[in-house]
Amino acid sequence: MKMRQLPLKNLLGRPGRTAALVLLTAFLALSVFGGSVVVRSLRSGLDSLQARLGADIIVLPASAESKVSFKDLLLQGTAGAFYMDASALDRVREVEGVEIAAPQTFLASLKADCCAVKVQVIGIDPDVDFTVKPWIDRSYSQGLDDMAVAVGCRVTADVGESLKIYDRYTHVVAKLAETGTGLDTAVYCNMDTMKALLAAAEEKGVSHKITSDDSDLISAVYVKVKDGYDVGLVNNRLNGHVRKATAVKARSMFTDVSDSLTGISRTVTLLIGAIWTLAFIILVIAFAMMAAERRREFAVLRLVGVSRRGLCGLILTESALCSLAGGALGVALAALAVFPFTTLIETRLGLPYLAPSIGAALLLAAGTLLLTLLVGALASAWAAWRLSRTDPGTTLREGT
Amino acid sequence: MLRAEGVSRMYMRKTGQANHFYAVKGASLALVPGQVAVLTGRSGSGKTTLLHMLSGLLTPTEGHVWLDDADLYALDDKALSRLRNGRIAVVPQGRSAIDTLTALENVMLPSLLYGGAGDRAAALACMAALGVEHLANARPAELSGGELRRVAIARALSQSPDVLLADEPTGDLDDENTALALSVLQSAAKRQGRAVLLVSHDTEAVRYADRVYRMDGGTLSEGQ
Repeated sequence: MKMRQLPLKNLLGRPGRTAALVLLTAFLALSVFGGSVVVRSLRSGLDSLQARLGADIIVLPASAESKVSFKDLLLQGTAGAFYMDASALDRVREVEGVEIAAPQTFLASLKADCCAVKVQVIGIDPDVDFTVKPWIDRSYSQGLDDMAVAVGCRVTADVGESLKIYDRYTHVVAKLAETGTGLDTAVYCNMDTMKALLAAAEEKGVSHKITSDDSDLISAVYVKVKDGYDVGLVNNRLNGHVRKATAVKARSMFTDVSDSLTGISRTVTLLIGAIWTLAFIILVIAFAMMAAERRREFAVLRLVGVSRRGLCGLILTESALCSLAGGALGVALAALAVFPFTTLIETRLGLPYLAPSIGAALLLAAGTLLLTLLVGALASAWAAWRLSRTDPGTTLREGT
Repeated sequence: MLRAEGVSRMYMRKTGQANHFYAVKGASLALVPGQVAVLTGRSGSGKTTLLHMLSGLLTPTEGHVWLDDADLYALDDKALSRLRNGRIAVVPQGRSAIDTLTALENVMLPSLLYGGAGDRAAALACMAALGVEHLANARPAELSGGELRRVAIARALSQSPDVLLADEPTGDLDDENTALALSVLQSAAKRQGRAVLLVSHDTEAVRYADRVYRMDGGTLSEGQ
């Protein structure tokens, strides 16, 4: 036997008490790691969504809100279709203060071969698009040819495969990086492909026409406002100038989401804080009780020559071993509870949710373990200090 | 040689009044290598308090304890702990085993400190001298009071100390094992040149003594 094995022997020799301490620290680690991953994923999701859109103003058909929530379309991938005549794009461009106006056309597919559920097809104009195209360019920079599509990461079709939409075969040329939003379940194509798909839908009896003679349809216009112009003012001008359309400031579109996210973050943070405060108090009491119960044992160690510092080291090592075991267990349990159910959490919360990368998750796990170690050390420090300061002679007398 | 010079230990009574008393007052004695000293006295007379002060476990409120040239309570904790580990062995009253270690590991414990590898053979020899070597792998919870006491004596002997202080070393022992323990402790003094102090109620212990001390109300005197 080596002296450094004594803390481990002490822990293994008292399995009940050790298990209680490990479970308590596991609960701590589970709450902080699980909570942190969820809050971080929500923040990343919102950041990603805002980065993807990047527009100051979005102009939608006046009827859009009644057909489908645009917010739901983005956040949850709810398939939707609302249209206005492409001439609305020209009207938007006429408004003073508009720097770029990029159209997009949406098409809700029927149940496609690729997916168990409907997917949203989004047609973009690659020449002017400044919202989706930069994101597509990161995965595929050669431009979207006719009948070529880029798919979101949750669409079950890989690069090189064909994707049948309304009996038209499209060619998957890129799979896009995850955003944690409804954009991940969408399919992107150019406007000519979109026209072909709209025509195919028409043949299937799914009409999107808003008048009998319209030929070009768009669903939304994304507007970037020139520097020096007030977004609110340009928004008001658009609402006055473009008929049968509603201009919405992008920032206000995210206000609800951002508020929900802040609320959830606050709740999770408060919950974690409450759990940690409670668990810290319980740990302090547990270590104090342990110290009281083992006073005689520690006095005997002093009697055979263990110094005060050595005794503190022994107690802190036991605490560290418990914290490490509990921390690892808690992180593992939280990972099992959070990572496999990313989609479920996103759906239940109804908010953009972008799970951290493996590297970020490992960093969070390491941070959680460090925090658990620190709390364990702090909780046992008082007991260790008190014990090391007690005259062993007094303890040995009391214990007889 | 271990010397105590005018050591006292004062305690405050928790009565709400400014009240104090001396558990030990002005005690002086010398423990000589190769000799067995026995300290007797009534319960509560201050015997254990004096033993703890002699062993560096309880700081006296007055006086000094010297081990050769070293004033124990002038040393810092690290130096005192190391000195205790190497030169002063104590058999305390009552249970003194670490429950999570086997009897043998308990006996080896002092030799594992400060980078020691632990002397298994020496530990087993000490256990054999006290008739408990067959309990080497037993846990303290499996041992009787008498067996634990002999394991504690074996641990003190295994330290090969210059000074061995034993508080009621025969308290839980039957006559046969009392005689065995006392003869082993006497042998430690006579054959190995250790200074031994036995605190005991047991009149049998006096038979092994070279010097006898008596405590009465915190005051130490020599002779029966």
